[in-house]
Amino acid sequence: MELLVASAIGILTATGVYLLLRGRTFPVVVGLSFLTYGVNVFLFAMGRLTLDAPPIIDEAAASYTDPLPQALVLTAIVISFGMTALLVVLALRGYLERGSDRVELGAAEEGAET
Amino acid sequence: MQRRGPGAIASLMNIALIVLLPFIGAILPPLMIRAGRAICTTVTACTTLVSLALLLVQAPAVFRGEVPAVRWEWLPQLGLDASFRIDGLAFLFAFLILFIGLLIILYARHYLSREDPVGRFFAFLLLFQGAMLGIVLSGNLLLLLVFWELTTLSSFLLIGYWRHLPEGRQGARMALAVTGLGGLALIGGVLLLGQIAGSFDLETVLAQGEAIKASPLYLPALILVLLGAFTKSAQFPFHFWLPHAMAAPTPVSAYLHSATMVKAGIFLLARLWPAMAGTDAWFLAVSLTGLLTMGIAAWIALFKDDLKALLAFSTVSHLGLVTMLLGMGTKLAAMAGIFHIINHASFKAGLFMSAGIVDHETGTRDIRRLGGLAHVMPITATLAILATLSMAGIPPFNGFISKEMMLEEAAHTVYAGNDWLFPVLATLAALFSVAYSARFLFHGFLGETRGPLPRKPHDPPAGMWLPVAVLVALVVAIGLFPEQVAGGLVDVATAAVTGAPAPAYELALWHGITPSLLMSGVAVAGGLVLLALYKPVNNLREATPRPEAKRLFDGLIRICVAAAAQVSDRLQNGSLQRYLAIMLVAAIAVGAVAFAGGTHLPGDRPIQPVTSTAVVLWVLLAGASLGALLLHRNRLMTLILTSLVGLVVSLAFLGLSAPDLALTQISVEVVTTILMLLALNLLPKETPRESRAGQRTRDLGIAVLAGAGVAAAAFAVMTRGFETISDFHLAQAKPGGGGTNVVNVILVDFRGYDTFGEIIVLGIAALAIFALLDRNLRGAAARRIATIGRVTESMDAHPLILVVATRVLLPLMLMVAAFIFLRGHNQPGGGFIAGLVAAIAFILQYVASGFAWARDRAHYDHHSMIGVGVLVAGLTGVAAWIFGRPFLTSAFTHVHLPLIGDVEIASAMAFDLGVFATVLGVVVLALANLSRIQSLAQPEPVPAGPMDIVLEPQAGGATVETSAAAITATGGRP
Repeated sequence: MELLVASAIGILTATGVYLLLRGRTFPVVVGLSFLTYGVNVFLFAMGRLTLDAPPIIDEAAASYTDPLPQALVLTAIVISFGMTALLVVLALRGYLERGSDRVELGAAEEGAET
Repeated sequence: MQRRGPGAIASLMNIALIVLLPFIGAILPPLMIRAGRAICTTVTACTTLVSLALLLVQAPAVFRGEVPAVRWEWLPQLGLDASFRIDGLAFLFAFLILFIGLLIILYARHYLSREDPVGRFFAFLLLFQGAMLGIVLSGNLLLLLVFWELTTLSSFLLIGYWRHLPEGRQGARMALAVTGLGGLALIGGVLLLGQIAGSFDLETVLAQGEAIKASPLYLPALILVLLGAFTKSAQFPFHFWLPHAMAAPTPVSAYLHSATMVKAGIFLLARLWPAMAGTDAWFLAVSLTGLLTMGIAAWIALFKDDLKALLAFSTVSHLGLVTMLLGMGTKLAAMAGIFHIINHASFKAGLFMSAGIVDHETGTRDIRRLGGLAHVMPITATLAILATLSMAGIPPFNGFISKEMMLEEAAHTVYAGNDWLFPVLATLAALFSVAYSARFLFHGFLGETRGPLPRKPHDPPAGMWLPVAVLVALVVAIGLFPEQVAGGLVDVATAAVTGAPAPAYELALWHGITPSLLMSGVAVAGGLVLLALYKPVNNLREATPRPEAKRLFDGLIRICVAAAAQVSDRLQNGSLQRYLAIMLVAAIAVGAVAFAGGTHLPGDRPIQPVTSTAVVLWVLLAGASLGALLLHRNRLMTLILTSLVGLVVSLAFLGLSAPDLALTQISVEVVTTILMLLALNLLPKETPRESRAGQRTRDLGIAVLAGAGVAAAAFAVMTRGFETISDFHLAQAKPGGGGTNVVNVILVDFRGYDTFGEIIVLGIAALAIFALLDRNLRGAAARRIATIGRVTESMDAHPLILVVATRVLLPLMLMVAAFIFLRGHNQPGGGFIAGLVAAIAFILQYVASGFAWARDRAHYDHHSMIGVGVLVAGLTGVAAWIFGRPFLTSAFTHVHLPLIGDVEIASAMAFDLGVFATVLGVVVLALANLSRIQSLAQPEPVPAGPMDIVLEPQAGGATVETSAAAITATGGRP
């Protein structure tokens, strides 16, 4: 299971990084989403993997998984929504102002009427 | 330390208050300005007056030779204490700052015109006053540095007060650049001093003078400290900024540039005198700088036509005089310097104010147009004449006495084996100062009026000349009875400077026929002759080339800016792709170095079994990611694949014992997807193929390396055992936090402060989104949005089934949200998830029925929702204070509710309610604004009704009888 999770983190990160390096805003935002998935799962994995032991106090439960990374990741998920939303809107406003969704400064203002 | 009674402690507290009061009082003038200028002035003056009274209370102790002091540890690790002490020197300066400050405030009230924002002026003035008091009363060198920088900043604000004048702005910038640079040097110097002395405490440092002077670091420390002092006190070659700073309103010039700020450099020299003075290096550097400044500035002053410029250069010259005296290193010279500080402050502040009156009443400060003012404004002229005589060093005024002392010292000074340099140059400087004083007098106030003036001059209201009169009274009193009026103050201040009892010297007008009297005589006669020859000398000077300091300075600044621009242009070419690539490669490089230095075997923690579900999920995730890589040009497809990945991630959380995360991830996934869809509606739907194959290969290489590195790191960590701090959380969740869902208890209780910060960040993000999608888009954006029409729009924008279903779902979803919220403390759920679910319920209404419809039915404002949320969370935290507990301490009790069962009412639940409200507000605000922009993009009006096809005319509004509409009505809000 560890190998599956680790490789999944790697795939998410690689996809995120590749998309992050594209020259238009939309792929960059999507890339950041992928990177966020990867980072969140990575953070979560720092508490090690445990099956069927949710951190809900129960007298019948034998053991619990580590709750602290979960709490951190929970807020991270919500914060990353805030960040994604801000970025998307920033990209949108930039596109509306410049008529181009390139991420480079000084890129030609072509396609203004698309 | 001996024990003191409460009264004594209170009186010590007051020492700190002397400094703090002006800072606190600085809030008042902008608030009081609505009550009128008189009230505003009174408030400002009262602040200063109270500080002055607190200072004077300490006077008896100071004159007994005690040093009242108060100290709190602030950052002991850095050696920074909040420490204030009043010795003779500090008392002298603090008195000048407050006393002259009081006169300036009175003067400024009449000087500033109706259009000037007086409240702001007084606020800046008080800030400056506090900073200045901080410098002189600091008992810790680091604290002194802080106040030093504050004077630089507040004087910048004051010099640039008339922000509509380009000279004001340029002068302020130049002053900031020069004194700021000196401030940086001073920081270095003080740090070195502290290094040598082992402490930043002033008394400790001063007591170690011998050790400091013997240290190899003495010379660098001295150079740096002198740079700081010389720039602040406008010593040659940094003298050029002061005249440009005269673009400030006259009260500022009178206060900062004659009496206080420019004396800060001199104060520093005097303050550090026991620690640094007396060496050859000190003598050679400081006394010569002072001498040159005194001569050169006096020469330039003679040829200035602007009254204020003349006075500015005269100030530079007098500062040079004091610097020279402090540089000589003898006790008598230090005493003369201290005495001259008092004298200069009294006559020069008075003269600046007189120049301001002239400017105010005649409309010009040009000496060539003035003349004969004594006839039209007799009071002002009389006062100015008396002060000018003191400036020139004519008996029986105070300027004469200290100048005699200076000449006496100069007459005995041998500089590097040369015994004529100082006497001759000092006499020459005195001669120039007689000449410019005489010019100020004869060309400005005496003689005949020259031609028409912009305004018909007359004496100003008493509020303006009274402060001058007070100062001139001092000039005369000190001149006639120097020992009685100023002797005691000079003695204690000199003792504080030299660290030894003041020399037994009687301040007096007449010391017999001495060398200095002869030098004075030469200076007066020579000065008058020079003025008589003014025209030919001026013509000669005009004909000779001379360096223009401002042009040199501007050129230097231009070179710096160009060099900086070149560096940043190279590093920042505007390509995000390049920045990100550099950062990623750097991160990979750091990882690679760490990887090379460690072991590469997996750990020995038992591996968890692989389930078949996990394999299926992994294949889905890998496939979706690969698909996103290959198909990323098709944006809609990318979005679908992204949400698939999000779904897999949330299922993975579920499988790995994290139900809360699974719930959060899936609800965030829903809102994110809707958000991206909304944005994509306006953005281009395709990404063009632009990057070359080489670049794509490079990016792929970076991506694979990054992914492999992260995967390897994750695997290495997961296969190793660890010590967790969570045992505490697991053990305390129920007894301490009152909940069984440990994740939720951590969020709202153990780490509540983090969560509080996070919802604030969320709120700020939402407000930024709102600002970016401003209601009133203008310019290019507005035109562009008008041209983006519907590309492919469904014929049925608001499908009937969707509309009906969402309305039925609304109350159900809200109930689910309430359920998730209530159980959150014990079972998976909580404020975050409940907020997201509720937000989705509302967003669905926007999606199904259109923006306009939903907006009209939203009876609350999303902004206030965010604000209320943050407030509720914050107030819950604050409520703990009432019970004497720290911020966000929680309490709980059990309540049995019918139907729902045993519910735990914890104060943490109120906090969670705040979280809920904030999340709900943030999500709905973000998405609703995005959908509002869409409605701008659509040329046709959005149908106001629930459906595009009106089933029947809406007679009477609410009473609708069709079955479809009836279902609608049950789901929708009334």
